Amino acid sequence: MFKPRTFTPDVPVRPLLTRADLWLLLTIIGLLALVVGIAERAPATVQGPEISLSLSALPFYAIRSVGRMAIAYALSFLFTMVYGYIAAYNARAERILIPLLDVLQSVPILSFLPVVLLGLSAILPEAWAVELTAIVLIFTSQVWNMTFAWYQSLTTIPRELREASSIFRFSRWQRFTTLEFPFGALALVWNSMMSWAGGWFFLIAAEIFTLGERDFRLPGLGAFLQTAADAGDLNSIVWGLLTLIVVIVLLDQLIWRPLLVWAGQFRIELVERDDENRSWLYDLLSGSKLAAWFGHVIGRLNDTLLVWFGRRPAADPYLSGTEKSSPIEWLAFVLSVVLIGWGVFSGGQLLLRVPLEQWAMIALSVGATMLRVVMAMILALLWTVPVGVLIGTRPAVAAVLQPVIQIAASIPATALFPVLVLVFLTVPGGLNIAAVLLMLLGTQWYILFNVIAGASAIPQDLRFTTELLQLRGWERWQTLILPALFPSLVTGLITASGGAWNASIVAEYVVFNQQTYQTIGIGAQIAAATEAGDFAGLFAATLVMVIVVVAINRLFWRRLYRLAETRYRME
Amino acid sequence: MQQKQTRPLVELLGVTQRYGRGERQFTAIQDVNLVISEGEFVALLGPSGCGKSTLLRIITGLNRPTEGLVRYRGKTLNGVNPYATIVFQTFALFPWLTVEENVAVALRARGFSRDEARKRAVELIDLVGLDGFEQAYPRELSGGMRQKVGIARALAVDPELLCLDEPFSALDVLSAETLRGEVLELWTGGSLKIRAVLMVSHNIEEAVFMADRIVVMDKNPGRIIAEVPVNLPHPRDRKSDAFAAIVSRVYAVLAGQTQPEAIEYGTEPGQNGQTRLLPPASVTALAGLLEQANATEYERDPIVQLQDELGLDLDQLLPLIEAAELLGFARIENGNLILTPLGEAFAEASIQARKEIFASRLRRLPFFRWMLRMIAAADNQSLRWEVLLTALEPEFPPEVAERQLDIALEWGRYAELFAYDDAEGRFFLETPVATA
Repeated sequence: MFKPRTFTPDVPVRPLLTRADLWLLLTIIGLLALVVGIAERAPATVQGPEISLSLSALPFYAIRSVGRMAIAYALSFLFTMVYGYIAAYNARAERILIPLLDVLQSVPILSFLPVVLLGLSAILPEAWAVELTAIVLIFTSQVWNMTFAWYQSLTTIPRELREASSIFRFSRWQRFTTLEFPFGALALVWNSMMSWAGGWFFLIAAEIFTLGERDFRLPGLGAFLQTAADAGDLNSIVWGLLTLIVVIVLLDQLIWRPLLVWAGQFRIELVERDDENRSWLYDLLSGSKLAAWFGHVIGRLNDTLLVWFGRRPAADPYLSGTEKSSPIEWLAFVLSVVLIGWGVFSGGQLLLRVPLEQWAMIALSVGATMLRVVMAMILALLWTVPVGVLIGTRPAVAAVLQPVIQIAASIPATALFPVLVLVFLTVPGGLNIAAVLLMLLGTQWYILFNVIAGASAIPQDLRFTTELLQLRGWERWQTLILPALFPSLVTGLITASGGAWNASIVAEYVVFNQQTYQTIGIGAQIAAATEAGDFAGLFAATLVMVIVVVAINRLFWRRLYRLAETRYRME
Repeated sequence: MQQKQTRPLVELLGVTQRYGRGERQFTAIQDVNLVISEGEFVALLGPSGCGKSTLLRIITGLNRPTEGLVRYRGKTLNGVNPYATIVFQTFALFPWLTVEENVAVALRARGFSRDEARKRAVELIDLVGLDGFEQAYPRELSGGMRQKVGIARALAVDPELLCLDEPFSALDVLSAETLRGEVLELWTGGSLKIRAVLMVSHNIEEAVFMADRIVVMDKNPGRIIAEVPVNLPHPRDRKSDAFAAIVSRVYAVLAGQTQPEAIEYGTEPGQNGQTRLLPPASVTALAGLLEQANATEYERDPIVQLQDELGLDLDQLLPLIEAAELLGFARIENGNLILTPLGEAFAEASIQARKEIFASRLRRLPFFRWMLRMIAAADNQSLRWEVLLTALEPEFPPEVAERQLDIALEWGRYAELFAYDDAEGRFFLETPVATA
């Protein structure tokens, strides 16, 4: 009899653990061992208030610094979620919260320091208060852009996706997990990366500070670098910098790259596209059973939460357009009016105590700092535009330069500052040069990365056309490259100039080898007032700086941005 | 549908939707009364901007009307209707969820456990013929397949009222046609709980092909102007005379909304009375329409034939016809487009002569008379865009005012009535010296 030849495929054998799991386990165990080892082997000296320059203390300091950053970041993340959510869903609150965010963004971070420290010292033991102050400082350098990004992504969710969530009766939690968070994930990851970079910049400044007579030091990489520079110990500076770079690269490879690739799946467009972001760790994890198991646990947790948060369909003010005032809202409104009134009153009293000469000095200082910011921007443009265009338009050049630039950009400029000061203090007007250089070092990357992005986005057809038209040299720049770059240049410059203003506080006033060096500038005014415990002066200088920065944003950058949006957009 | 039930499912009573406040108020929908009964397939048809999608959102409870009531099974609707569901024009799938998850997520919201939701989702995906694609992401699917996911998701909640919001307009012709048939099969098959279907469309043939009743709407303000029953048995033959007769009738209703001469031109902005809105028609497309109409020997219903030959859909064609009427190039008689002698002259004229004809016609329109006077009265005979926009804003809501000025800019520039400097955002009068 004819017997059909059948083919029974083997059931694939599924090993309990894959090779990826092995690697993963080894990595986790290794990291744990490393941390424990470092903690155990920390030299006795690091426990005291003195900063030790011994190399064996470096890993310990690195861990302390990263810990501080992580706690500040966790706070930033929570703040972002709550603040952004309220601003996006409550039209009344939005009218207050968003302009407030704009102002807070331009408040120089270090101006928060004395207020925060005094407030915390009143309720906590000093060691805790100092540690928390540093964390709050880092928090203020990380949080605003994240909050803004989250708010923006919530407000730009496509209407039909909102309608679908509403018509299918999603509860608040379900809407958050299926729509809002995935939609915002990519922007959140990008901004988290930017926030960490900004955090490193100010961490270095936040670990050593003086307030009045007192000198506060926290064990950490920033304090180590400062102390090393104070001692003129070049060897230690180099080791400190190397440690910092290693930490930043490790964080990038182990956390941010994988997160970025993971968040790539939440892109909204329905077209397939080649993903340029790759991460070895993500690839490893996606083949791992442990990771799959972890994902499963998260799914179950989500199930529980789904039940726990109830199934009441969430109202969506974006669709119905109706608003109701709740008693809580009224309470919040009254409270904020009282708070603002009290703030204006006590602020006004403080300002009245500032003598006229000091006001004149502040005005002069703002002008001086503005000149420095402009110079830093021009210097940055001079090198970033040609280099950025080169990288953006030639993949071969990009392949060589991109990794180098990424590492260079990851070094917080404040870490290099002691070296700059060492070099330039001997030159007449040296601090001036050093200050401009610090601003440049701290902000040029924003411009460079935007130029690269802009240049690589120039459509191929337009490039071919200019070649066919035989446009060369300046003509080519004039007709194609500069107009095409304009929007991304403006975006980069806005971020960069904001950063430069903020950097002025660190740049214009330096305590070095027990000696104070300062130039004329608003940052120097703020730093000097902080150090002298002159609250009236601190408040006045900060207020002026905030007003100037907000005014420049409103009157200059926003117009330029609108021009870029309307006239030079590539479509 | 043989034993047609007449119990009303949805009733709209005096529904009006306004946006904005005070002088900028804009009426999207005015005083709509409509009943959808059990067993009915109703199509809402009309030009873009007539508020048909807004009406669909009011019926499902997504939008709350400014005035009037929505009743569902006799009860006043408050909030989103749990028995209604929508299939969206742009699919509205979550791009980060697989096909199965996209369907299951609607079930999870109704309290199904993870496993139940998955089981039911797989059944529904089977039902729409997407088995094998459960684990695919929407971006891996074609438009037609994506809409099938949208349909499966809509069916997941066992709806009584299925709302389709231009469900086939984002699809290619072939997929759209296939999907129309499949939706009709699901509907006439009767195995589902669906009691009524409401479809928003701007495609007349589609509406006649699928619906039992066509509700025709017009804009400014959005309102119902006619209801056309379609008493043809399924499956319907598009080539049949009965079918063509209904299509023609709907065309006549839509295109024949001509108002008497006095109202037609309206008044100038700022004067008492209503300012006639300029239809969003580009000059090039208008010239194309006139040329085509002039050259065509009609075999069938003229507008239907024109639409086919020009490859335009209704949303594109209607503004062109309206512009041709407004400028005196054509008129509509019994649903037919007839060129006036001026229209014929325009179609045959040279480039420069066309501009002159166009300019002479524009000068008659109150809108352009007003604009030219404003510019001529200004310093250096030049006027900023914002100034004109502000002057228009008491008349129209801001977006409409901006759109009107855009249209006027294109028409006036073509006719060389005025020039415009984009960098400065200024209108100039064309001086004879400058054109030499």
